[in-house]
Amino acid sequence: MSRLAAGGRVDRTRPIRFSFDDMPYRGYEGDTLASALLANEVRVIARSVTYGRPRGVFSAGIEEPNALVQVGDDTMLRATQVELVDGLEATGLNGRGRLSSEPDTGRYDKLYAHCEVLVIGGGRAGITAALEASQSGDRVILVDEQAELGGRLLGAAWNDWLETSLATLRSRPDARLLTRATAFGYYDQNLVLIAERRGGGGRLWQIRAKRIVLATGAHERPLIFANNDRPGIMLAGAARTYVNRYGVAPGKRAVIFTNNDSTDLVAADLTRAGIIVEAIVDVRAGQAIVDTSGDEEGLRSVVIRSLTGGDSTREIDCDLLCVSGGFNPTLHLFSQAQGRLRYDEGLACFVPDAALPNVDVVGAAAGDLGGRGQGTIMPYWVVPSDGREWSTHFVDLERDVTVADVRRALGTGMQSVEHVKRFTTIGTGSDQGKTAGINETAIVAAQLGQPVDAVGVTTFRPPYVPVSFGLMAGRNRGDLFDPIRVTAIHPWHAAHGAVFENVGQWKRPWYFPRHDEDMDAAVRRECRAARESVAVTDASTLGKIDIQGPDVVEFLNRMYTNAFHTLKVGSCRYALMCQADGMVFDDGVVMHLGPDHWLATTTTGAASAVLDWMEEWLQTEWTDLRVRLTSVTEQWADVAVVGPRSREVVAKLFPKLAVDAQNFPFMAIREGETSGIPVRLHRITFSGELAYELWTPSWYGLALWEAVMAAGGPLGITPYGTETMLVLRAEKGYIICGQETDGSVTPQDLGMSWIVSKKKSFIGQRSHSRSGAARSDRKHLVGLLPVDGDQLLPEGAQLVLQPDGAVPVKMVGHVTSSYRSATLGRTFALAMLRSGRERFGTTVYAPLNGHIIAATVTEPIFYDKENSRRDS
Amino acid sequence: MLIPCPWCGDREDIEFTYGGPGDVAYPADPEAADDPTWARFLFFRPNPKGRLAERWVHTAGCRRWFNLVRDTVTHTITPA
Repeated sequence: MSRLAAGGRVDRTRPIRFSFDDMPYRGYEGDTLASALLANEVRVIARSVTYGRPRGVFSAGIEEPNALVQVGDDTMLRATQVELVDGLEATGLNGRGRLSSEPDTGRYDKLYAHCEVLVIGGGRAGITAALEASQSGDRVILVDEQAELGGRLLGAAWNDWLETSLATLRSRPDARLLTRATAFGYYDQNLVLIAERRGGGGRLWQIRAKRIVLATGAHERPLIFANNDRPGIMLAGAARTYVNRYGVAPGKRAVIFTNNDSTDLVAADLTRAGIIVEAIVDVRAGQAIVDTSGDEEGLRSVVIRSLTGGDSTREIDCDLLCVSGGFNPTLHLFSQAQGRLRYDEGLACFVPDAALPNVDVVGAAAGDLGGRGQGTIMPYWVVPSDGREWSTHFVDLERDVTVADVRRALGTGMQSVEHVKRFTTIGTGSDQGKTAGINETAIVAAQLGQPVDAVGVTTFRPPYVPVSFGLMAGRNRGDLFDPIRVTAIHPWHAAHGAVFENVGQWKRPWYFPRHDEDMDAAVRRECRAARESVAVTDASTLGKIDIQGPDVVEFLNRMYTNAFHTLKVGSCRYALMCQADGMVFDDGVVMHLGPDHWLATTTTGAASAVLDWMEEWLQTEWTDLRVRLTSVTEQWADVAVVGPRSREVVAKLFPKLAVDAQNFPFMAIREGETSGIPVRLHRITFSGELAYELWTPSWYGLALWEAVMAAGGPLGITPYGTETMLVLRAEKGYIICGQETDGSVTPQDLGMSWIVSKKKSFIGQRSHSRSGAARSDRKHLVGLLPVDGDQLLPEGAQLVLQPDGAVPVKMVGHVTSSYRSATLGRTFALAMLRSGRERFGTTVYAPLNGHIIAATVTEPIFYDKENSRRDS
Repeated sequence: MLIPCPWCGDREDIEFTYGGPGDVAYPADPEAADDPTWARFLFFRPNPKGRLAERWVHTAGCRRWFNLVRDTVTHTITPA
C-alpha cells in the first residue's frame, strides 16, 4: 500500500470496497478511482489506443489522457474523475469505449437559471470573485467540476482560508454553489451550458448571466521526450495533489523534470511524504531527460543528459517521474465566447488578449500563475531525439500521436496547426488534447521556424468535456420526445383495436383490423364498405383556421389560386394555394360560415405552416386588410360519414334536417343537433362517395362518433383509418400536398388549371407565366396501371422509358402514391412523369432491385370520372 | 442567442422563426416584372459578413413579425 499514514482529505474511517479489472481493492471515501488505484500500487490502468502501450495515471483531473475506464454502462470515464463508491466495478480501456446496447436508464433533467454573476471555477480566484459579487445581493452562481470546491487549494498544503470563505459564501442567500458541475459550452449573450453529474444521471443547466467570471484555472503541460508515456510518469502538480489531497504516495523514488519553479513545491511535499526525490532535472540548468526505461509494469529508470555539451548520460532508477513544462491557462470557454488569445513569452503560454464585454477572466486563467508557483520559466517543449526516431516522443497520449507524426504532417507541406491537428488527430480524443494542444503548436512553430504566436492554437469548440446523449436528451425521450396529439375520439379507436400511425405529432388510426386480419385484408374490407355501403373515419386532425373580418374575401382571393367572391354563406369550396414561386403549397376546403366569418381547412401536417404563412402576409405585406386568424384545429372534432348509404345514417341522426340531394347539395353546409350534440354538417368528400363531414366542438367528439356508430350499426357502418382514406382518394385522383407535390409542382403540372383563376391576382401567379413553367417537359401528374395487376409499384420508384436502356438511363419521373385497390381489383399508382399528359396509353418502366415493373400511363383518375357518386 | 421582441422583450432564439433578409420588397406589380427581375426577387438574397437587416417572427410568443439588424459575425442585434 502507498497510502500515507496521515494527511489528505480522504476519510480513513470510511473504507470503500471496489474492484478494478476484476481484482478487489479498498479505498476511502474522498478517493477518486485514480487515487485509490495508486494507493493500491496499481500502475497500469489502460492501454493506448494505437500501440497498445501500458498507460497509468497522468494527471489528477479532467485533463487526464491515459487512465480511461469503464464503469458499468458508462464508458470513457477518466479514473481521475470517478468518485469512489462502495461496490464500484471498473475496467481499464484501450482508448476506445464500449457502448452499451441497452437504453441509458439514468435520470436526466434540464434546469434553467438566471443570475447577475456566474463564476466558473471554484478555486481561490473563483471563490474570491463569488464572495465579492455576492456582497451586493446580486444573484451569484458558482460552479465547479470537482466534487469539492477549492480547486488547486485541495492539492496544496491545507489552510483555513478555504473553509472560512466557503462558510461565508454559503451564508449568502443569493449565492448558489454547484459542484460536480462542468461548464462545457459558452453561447451567445452569456448562455452557459453546464453538465452536473449526479449518481446514475445528471442535470443539464442552462444558465444565462449578466456577467461571467472565468476562474477556470490552468492545466499543467508535460515536457516531451523519448518514452514519455510510461506508467509512473505524471504531471508534477498531479503527484503533489495525490500526496496532499488523497494521502497517497504515487511512487517511492521520484525524479522531477522541469523548466519552471512550480516543482520546488512538489519536491518539498513529496519529500515530506517520505518519497525519495532522487534528482531534479531542470532544463534551465542545462539538463534533460532524454529517455526512460521500463517494463509492462511501467517506469524503472530515466536517462539524463546535459543539453549543453557532451554525450555522457546518467541513468537513475525510479518509479515516479514528475514532469512540468509550465501551465496553460484554461481558456476554452473564453475562446468559445470569441475571446482572442495572445502568446506571452514570459509566461510561455497563451493568455487572454483583450477583455470581452461581460466576460471577465481571473486567476490562473488570466495568466496569474503565481498560485501554481510557476515563477520563472524557460520555454521548453521537446527534448532532442539524439538522432533516433521520434516515434516514442508522445505529444497526444490519448490519441497515441508522436513528434514523428507531427513531422510527417509538416513534411507533406502542411503549415497550419489546424491541418496538423486533422492529419495527426492531435486534440481530437475525448480529452480534447488538454495536455497536448499547446505542445503541438510549439512543435509546429519550432519545425517551421516561426514564433509560437504566429502559429496560434486550434479553435476551441464546445463541449469542453464529453457530454452524454442522455444528458442532452433529458426527459425528452420515449413518449416525451415530442408532444403526442390525439383526437377527442382517440379512446374509442384505442378500445377498438386500431393500429395507429404517426402523422406529424398526431396519432391517427391507420386501419382497424378485425380478428387476425393483416393490413391488406383490413383495408380491402374498409374500402369495400365505403364504396358499397357506409363507413366512417375520424378526420379531426385536419388543420382548421377560423378567419374573420370585413376583408376576408379579398384576403382569400390573394391567398388561394381560386376566387371566393361568389361563395355564399352556407357553402364551401375546395381551395389551392401556392408559394410565391408558383409551386403548390397546400390545399383544403374554405367554408363561408356567416357574414365576415369563414373557416379554412389545411392538410393535417401543414396546419401551423399555413397559419404562419397567412399571418406573415397579413402582418408584413397586406397590413391594410382587416382580417383576424385563429387556429381552431383542436376545437373541432370531424366525423366523416362516407358511402352510398351515408345519407341514411345522417337522416336517422338528424330527422328534422332535409338531407336529400336537392335540399342539401354537394358543398353545402347545414347546422343540426343530435342527442343534444350541436353539429355542423358539410357535404364534402375525400373519397369520391356521397359523404358528410360532421363537425362538433371537441368535447362532443366522442359522443358524436358513438352516436354515428349506433345509428349506422344496423347498416354495418365500418370505421376506417388513414390507409383506406389514402386508397379511396387516390382512386379518385385527389392529390395529397406533400405526397404528390414536393415544392417543385405547379397546379398546371397537376392538371389543375381549372382551379387557377385568371380574373384576379394571387400569390404565385406571376411565376406561372415564367418560361420555365410553360416547358412541355415538366413532370405531370398521371395514373399508372401496372401491366401485371398483382404487382405493386413502390412509392418513390423512378420511372424510365425503356426496359433495357443503356446505362446511365434517363429517369423521367417517379411514383408518388401506390396501392392495391379492392374496387379496381388490381394495383394502381399516381406518378409525376415528364410530359406525362402526352404519354397516356404508353408504357413506362420502374427498374427495381433485380426486376422491372411495366405500367401503362393513364389519366390520374380511376373511379367514377363523372362524379355521379359524389353528387348523388 | 437572445432576440429582442419589440412586444415581449429579450427571449431565447428557439421561440422565433427566421423570415429572411428584411429589405427585399414584394414587387408592387408582379405582372409588370420581366422573368429575370421576378427570378431575382424570388431567389436572390443578400448574405453579408456583418450587419444584415432581417425579419423575424415570435412564433412561440406573441406571433408578431418585426425587423432587426443582426451582425452575422458577432450576433450583436440592434433595432431596425
